[in-house]
Amino acid sequence: MNATGSSARTAAGQTSVRVQTADFDAGREIAALRAANPAIGAVASFIGVCRDLNDGAAVEEMVLEHYPGMTEKSLARIAAEARERWDLIDILIIHRVGRILPTEQIVLVVVTSAHRGESFAACEYLMDYLKTRAPFWKKEHTPDGSRWVDARASDDAAADRWK
Amino acid sequence: MLNVLYFARLKDALGRDAEQIDLPHDVRDVSSLMAWLRLRGDAWERELQPGRAVRAAVNQDMADPDTPVRDGDEVAFFPPVTGG
Repeated sequence: MNATGSSARTAAGQTSVRVQTADFDAGREIAALRAANPAIGAVASFIGVCRDLNDGAAVEEMVLEHYPGMTEKSLARIAAEARERWDLIDILIIHRVGRILPTEQIVLVVVTSAHRGESFAACEYLMDYLKTRAPFWKKEHTPDGSRWVDARASDDAAADRWK
Repeated sequence: MLNVLYFARLKDALGRDAEQIDLPHDVRDVSSLMAWLRLRGDAWERELQPGRAVRAAVNQDMADPDTPVRDGDEVAFFPPVTGG
């Protein structure tokens, strides 16, 4: 497995950031977090999935490029900011890079906390900031050729509401 | 010496993913580095012109046009991000 990332244990739990080409098993990741800490009372997770249609064109496959080093640094910073806003136990972010086919998983965010409010909010915050600040770029391959995906104004608006 | 990186659309349009540049005398920040690169003309002028959707990072932190650029820095140019 081609993977880079970091893991930092805090008094309450841990922050893990992984960038990898391989797929992930969300159930197994969540089970491992739960088993490690009986203080966890809530788990919120988000999985982003590759669709077969985007902006009116059929997507045959997608290639995700990233900026090694800055990617891990920016995700760790976004996780640290979430910890300042909410009382969280664990944060796990796994983002795949390389070739991804429709129906395959792209990104996993898992947040654990004692109660659900913190996990729900932090999970959405992490995704909103990941989409606007983490250096990943999608290139889609369609029957008409390949194209870089344009950033969406709606993603900027989603991140701005946390300011 | 600057280590300059290009990603995604910029990498394709400029035909390279990295290069080393001796820090030009008149380059002090991100915007003056972009102006210096635009002097190469063609795709450089087109892709790095003000108003194009280009983002920059200095030493792997998101940068603004007035973020300082110093000898030894790693500077990256790329389009707005589209992960997730």
